[in-house]
Parts: sequence; C-alpha cells; structure tokens
Amino acid sequence: MESIKKKINLRRLGTLAITLYIVFLIGPIAGLDVPAIAAAIKANPLQLVQFLIIGISNGAIIAIIALGYTMVYGIIELINFAHGDVYMIGVFTSLTVLSVTGTLDSKDPVKIILGLILALVIAVAFCAALNASIERLAYRRLRNAPRLAPLISAIGMSFIVENVGLMWAAQAWLVPSFGTTGGASQKVFPDMIGALFKATGFNGGDVNLFASTDIALRLTAKDVLVIVLAVALMIGLYLFVQRTTLGKAMRATAQNRDAAKMLGINIDWVITATFLIGGGLAGAAGLMAGLYNNTAWWFMGFRAGLQSFTAAVLGGIGNITGAMLGGFLIGLLASFSDGYLNARWTNAWVFATLVLILLFRPTGLLGEQTGQKA
Amino acid sequence: MLELKDVHTYYGNIHALKGISITVNDGEIVTLIGSNGAGKSTTLRTIQGLIRPRSGSIVLDGIALDKVAPHKVAELGVAQSPEGRMIFPRMTVLENLEMGAYARKEKSGFQQDLDRVFSLFPRLKERITQKGGTLSGGEQQMLAMGRALMAHPKILLLDEPSMGLAPILVELIFDTIVAINKEGTTILLVEQNALMALSIANRGYVIQTGEIIMSDSAASLKSNEMVQKAYLGIE
Ligand SMILES: Nc1ncnc2c1ncn2[C@@H]1O[C@H](COP(=O)(O)OP(=O)(O)O)[C@@H](O)[C@H]1O
Ligand SMILES: [Mg+2]
Repeated sequence: MESIKKKINLRRLGTLAITLYIVFLIGPIAGLDVPAIAAAIKANPLQLVQFLIIGISNGAIIAIIALGYTMVYGIIELINFAHGDVYMIGVFTSLTVLSVTGTLDSKDPVKIILGLILALVIAVAFCAALNASIERLAYRRLRNAPRLAPLISAIGMSFIVENVGLMWAAQAWLVPSFGTTGGASQKVFPDMIGALFKATGFNGGDVNLFASTDIALRLTAKDVLVIVLAVALMIGLYLFVQRTTLGKAMRATAQNRDAAKMLGINIDWVITATFLIGGGLAGAAGLMAGLYNNTAWWFMGFRAGLQSFTAAVLGGIGNITGAMLGGFLIGLLASFSDGYLNARWTNAWVFATLVLILLFRPTGLLGEQTGQKA
Repeated sequence: MLELKDVHTYYGNIHALKGISITVNDGEIVTLIGSNGAGKSTTLRTIQGLIRPRSGSIVLDGIALDKVAPHKVAELGVAQSPEGRMIFPRMTVLENLEMGAYARKEKSGFQQDLDRVFSLFPRLKERITQKGGTLSGGEQQMLAMGRALMAHPKILLLDEPSMGLAPILVELIFDTIVAINKEGTTILLVEQNALMALSIANRGYVIQTGEIIMSDSAASLKSNEMVQKAYLGIE
C-alpha cells in the first residue's frame, strides 16, 4: 500500500518535471521572457492594473459561460460541446434585436437603454430555448447510452450551431454590416455603450471613466457594466440553487439521481431546467461580449468555449462557485498572456492550463461536486 | 392496500422478477426475505417506478402505480429508504429531510413531520446543519428513513435498513420501525437479517431467484424448517 502510493507520487513528479521542461522549452517562443516582463512591469506598473481590469471583465464573461458547462456536467456528466456556440448565437441574437428595433441607429438614450434591455431578454430567452432543445434532440435519448455517444452527439451539435451562426451572419436583414473585424464573416457589433455616452453627453461623451482625470488608465463603462451584470447573475444563480425548491431539486438530482426520482422529483424537468438556465446565462454572456468586444463571428464560440470549459475544470467541474473562480482566473491568465507574452499564444496557455489541471488536479481547485460515486 | 400481481421485471435480458405477487394490508409490517441477488431490491424499485415491470400489475389503494409517471408514485404515497441509503452527501441533514417532503402537496404538515422525525431520531436533530456525507453509517440510515418519513407515506419501503450496522444500532433501527408502524404507517421491509425481520413482522414472503417460494405469517415462517435452514442459520 505504502509503496504503491510512493510509486504514484514518483510518477507524478516525473510528469511534472517533463511538463516544466516543455514549458521552459516552449515558453520563450510563446513570449515567456521573465526579465523582460519584470522590466515592463517596473517601467509601467499602472499597466498591470490595466491588464487586471481587462482580465476581470473578460473573466466575468468567461465565468458566466463556464456556469453552463459546469451545471450541465454536474447533473448529467456530459460536456455540452455546443455550449460555446449557444453563446455565439447569443451574440447574434442581441445584434439582430438591436438592429430590427432600430436601436443601432438611435441617438435617443431612452431608446438605446430599452433596446439593450430587450436584447438581453430576447437573447436570454432564445438561448435558453435553444440549449434545452439541443438536450431534447441530441442528448436525452442517449442518457443511458455509453458515455462516448452523447459526447459525439454534442460535438455534432456544436458543428450544426456554428453553421447556423455562419448562415445567420450572412443575412443582411438580420445582421447589418458596419464593416468587418477580420474575415468577411466577422461582423462589427456596434459599440452601443459608447453611443449611449455620446447621446447623453455623460462624462463628456467618453466611455472611459478616467477620461477627465490624469490617471492613465482605461476603466470603461463597458468594464463596469460587464462586471456588475456578471456578478448580479452569479449571486442570483447562487441564491436560486441554494434556496429555491427547483434549485434544491437540481442539487439533489446531481448528487443522486435515483434518490431524487424516488422522492418524486421529475428528472426530465430538472435536466431541462438546467439547460434552460445554462443557455440563458450564455445568452446574457453573448450580449455582454458583443457590447464589450464589439465583434460577432460564427466561430467565436470555440475560443470562448475552450476558455470557459477550462475555467469550469479549473474550478472543479460540477462546482458552481468553482466555475466563477475559474472564470476570473482564466480571464486574468488570458489578459496577462495577451499583454505581456504574445497574444497568439494565449489559447496555447489556456490549453496548457487545462492539460495541467487534468494531469495534476482533475478535481479542480475547489474539488469535484458531481454525483457521489464512492 | 398494496397489491403486486404476477410482476415480471427485466434488466435488459436478465429476468430479475419472474411473476411476483405480494399483498400488503393496511397497518401491517410485511417482510420480504431472501438471499443476496434474489430480487428484493428489484421488487422495491419496481414498486417505486424506478424500473417498469414488463407485465403484471401494481395497485395501491385502487390506483395502478405501473401506469403513472415514475415521479408521481411518491406523490401517491410510496416512500423508500433505499439500499445503500442514497442520502444527498453535500446537502445538510435539514435539506435532506426537506427533499423528503418534496412530493407532498400540502406543505402545512412539514414542521410537524420534522418534529416527528426528530423525536424518532434525536441524533439527526443534533446533526441538523451537518452535510449528509459526513454522517456515520448508522446516522445515514436514520437520515434515509427520516427522509422517507417526511413524505408522510401511506406505505414505507425499507431496503435492508440493518445492513452494515453494529448490533446495538440494528436493535435501535428495528425498534424504530415498530414505533413508526404503531403510529399508523404500513411497512414493507426487505431484509437479509431474516431473524430480526420475522420477529417484528406480521407476515413474510420468501423470495428466491426472482420468485416467491413461500408466504406465511411471520411466526410460522420462523418455525419453518426450510426457512430456518436457509435463512436463519439454524441447522
Ligand atoms: N442494474 C442492474 N442491471 C442488471 N442486473 C441487475 C441490476 N440490478 C440487479 N440486477 C440483477 O437482478 C437480480 C436481483 O438483484 P437485486 O434485486 O438487487 O437482489 P437483492 O436485493 O435481493 O440482493 C440479481 O441477479 C442482480 O444481479
Ligand atoms: Mg438488495
């Protein structure tokens, strides 16, 4: 017994050594130049705060998407690969609502605010319904099938939703063109918060809240909006899961499905509700990301999905608080990699994080919260 | 009250119940004894609606349980303390008990039922804010029974409540079963500990490889030579 434990520890140490070796080998190519970074921070310490702000804002969006991965995993032990793409549909839904209501061209602050609220409501509702439909269509029948079957089904759904996004982006009457932000299919998501500031003349019409001060920092209204909205959603979700009857039924189902059935909980409804909530959160994240990053692209769900899934695993897959924590950490990692290392390698760092967690701490920082298997 | 007639249940191709007929009358304690793998848990799971019988009927007070949606069975008055307890490990004792009352339509009796569970199992009251997974085996068994009682069931199904418990706890659990029954709850008790089960039950059934091979009053079963040999360890 003792010796087996020792052997496993030695193997882990060996893996760690190899991993570190690879990191040091690839690190410099990926911009990991510690003295240069230290010098950059020393030269401009305020920049560190700037990357912190960007990291937290992006992390807030990642966290909201990660909640959908983790809740679904917690209840049916499935990685819903289409989840990132549902978020992408949230971006396009928001853009379309803002367009067809005439909000995009409006100079009237009241109309802009009402348009944004409507976009939030419709993006949440539409993505909730889409996510629940995906479960109904592609996962429910496979609930008792071998694990690989629903996983492949999920990857298939991801492709389908991505192609819906691609077609959506091509419909000029749904997605008006304000130019592109990259390839032809990468549309501009107009900066409505900037427009709102211009319309009201608030803060001299500048979204940067530090504009009129001599602090060389950008803390924009967009940062504040994204962080406030995300934190409100997190608190709301936490209270929902802890306090309400449905929330408790969801936890019970996640911890022991048979026992939950025995007590009269309608498992199908609980699973549907989980997909509705996860999808709704992805829809809200879609609007936030559109407003924040000002781009809409059919493939954006992939990067967001990778980062959010990593965040969920980092926090402990199935663990709601963990997904929130993981989201902020991955946001910061991405922001610092973009800022101090090399933006092109950011995805690689995120992937490396995923691999490292899976190797060394598969239960994540806050521990696994899935059904009792012991 | 509860009547199973010629119930056949399968796990895929495995024919687990081969025509089970069991009757439980109002106010009784009926026990179902049999060795490991005989089909005792399957019988309880079939009654609860967790597995559907392929044929046969299950009727509770005139309502066919095998025809309603599985989650409605609890609402109709069937509650179970399952094999392996199946408590919710990361919910508190109180939350576990709240979940027990999930299927109840009138929520008014909740506090009264909670008090009743705490008077039957004072230990649970001491552990009220503790997570289910941190309880000892005996406490988990009490919680599983308490949770089932919170549904205020017409019939309580107990699957091996004595499994893995120290003799003194076994005695406590069996005393409590008698007390619950005296308060008016009908009980179907599954046990490998046949001696204990037969000493508190009114009637008993013996199940072997998915078939009922004997049924009689508990007293007669206890003195039956075959039962003594096979299940009571008396040569
Ligand atoms: N989930 C399952 N899948 C396949 N066979 C099962 C399953 N559960 C039980 N069985 C089989 O059904 C029979 C009855 O099992 P069970 O009802 O658990 O017996 P008991 O509770 O009397 O020990 C056994 O042969 C067992 O192997
Ligand atoms: Mg059993």
